[in-house]
Amino acid sequence: MNDRAEHISKAFDEELRQLDNRLAEMGGMVEAQLAGAVEALRRGNTELAEQVVARDKDIDALDIEIDLFSVRLVALRQPVAADLRTIFAAIRISSDLERIGDMAKNIAKRTMVVSRFPPLATTASIASMARVVQTMIKQVLDAWTARDTEAAADIFARDAEVDQHYASLFRELLTYMMEDPRNIGPCTHLLFVAKNLERVGDHTTNIAEQIDYAVLGTRSAERETHDPTNTLVPEAENR
Amino acid sequence: MDMTPSNLMPKLTARGVNVFYDDAHALKQVDLDIRAHEVTALIGPSGCGKSTFLRCLNRMNDLIEICRVDGDIRLDGEDIYDPAVDLVYLRARIGMVFQKPNPFPKSIYDNVAYGPKIHGLARSRADMDEIVVSSLERAGLWDEVKDRLEAPATGLSGGQQQRLCIARAIAVRPEVILMDEPCSALDPIATARIEALIDELKQNFTIVIVTHSMQQAARVSQRTAFFHLGNLVEVGDTDTVFTRPVDPRTESYISGRIG
Repeated sequence: MNDRAEHISKAFDEELRQLDNRLAEMGGMVEAQLAGAVEALRRGNTELAEQVVARDKDIDALDIEIDLFSVRLVALRQPVAADLRTIFAAIRISSDLERIGDMAKNIAKRTMVVSRFPPLATTASIASMARVVQTMIKQVLDAWTARDTEAAADIFARDAEVDQHYASLFRELLTYMMEDPRNIGPCTHLLFVAKNLERVGDHTTNIAEQIDYAVLGTRSAERETHDPTNTLVPEAENR
Repeated sequence: MDMTPSNLMPKLTARGVNVFYDDAHALKQVDLDIRAHEVTALIGPSGCGKSTFLRCLNRMNDLIEICRVDGDIRLDGEDIYDPAVDLVYLRARIGMVFQKPNPFPKSIYDNVAYGPKIHGLARSRADMDEIVVSSLERAGLWDEVKDRLEAPATGLSGGQQQRLCIARAIAVRPEVILMDEPCSALDPIATARIEALIDELKQNFTIVIVTHSMQQAARVSQRTAFFHLGNLVEVGDTDTVFTRPVDPRTESYISGRIG
């Protein structure tokens, strides 16, 4: 694959290509799910939200398929070096994609509740946070296909942006809740939606790390996630 | 583990080793250290020089008339190509196990006793019995042959014969055991037995093994050296060589690629 010479066993090359194709397919499904979930939230479209929830099982099925296919490759081909790293990276990426799928599903479920309340201005902020996250996913999937470690490095910078969005949404939602207790219900759900998006960003950086691993064989220690809301205290006395 | 300087010194050192068969340059400028109490695997495609290198380590190449060995090979710092070296003594210190089990057409007992006898290692029959029993035990063969020590060795299965050859090699208390594809004629069960044995033997011996099976190299060795076209391309910890090889030629070979 890529710039490496072909295997003597053409069937093994074909299997590695299949693995990449399945992962690309899964990536595409996850992108669509997240886009659907955010769109449903923005428009209060419960029908679309229901579709997103229903489609999540397809992603789960594909995750299991990739998992079993990879185990089979390891057992039958006994891969080493870059082949081995690629297969393990694929297993981990698949599981990160599956989690992103779960986040999309959770956003869709919360949409069904939030849509019963009058719309809040925060949905626009959430949509702009979602755009950053969606761009990250697209970038990381492209970087994986191209095994491009430089493009993968870019993802880490983007994740800091996501964290900033999340922190500002956190404050915004707190403000709404303090203004009117009737907002607490929908705002709590939106807070979880924002947290889901923030975690999608984290899973995306995990995938970026796997690109480094597959290509270079290096694994960085757990990256520091900068979530300033972990220690944020609502300043109720100022209200 | 004892980390005194003597343990850190390699058991065998090869520097600038070149081997020629007539005009053919079979091994080119090889520098390699073999660490004590470790298994070092030599891998590479057919004709890469790995067996040639192995045979340099106990001067087996001396037997081939057209073969010329240049360079410096030392066992515990002593030049093994020094003209003063006694070859019989050298090969007692550096034993060898071959691809095909080659027991003598003698009894099981006599196969093991042969080496100690010619090296005068036993002072009495009881001494010899002790050497034979402990060698067979260490080779993991004792339980299978203890009731038929006088039976001909050729009646044993292939895997048993190979363990007998290992018992024969260790009976003369060598320091290093060279193994030239010791499992290539054996089935997977017999292979697994030999591999388990190699792992145990490294406590008492230093082992260098040539193998065509990369999985075997990965399973039994701590260090792996990859040879290609007479060059030592890469040597490193087996873990690293099989997960993150440095040289693209190593990567291609171990992952079964063309090129």
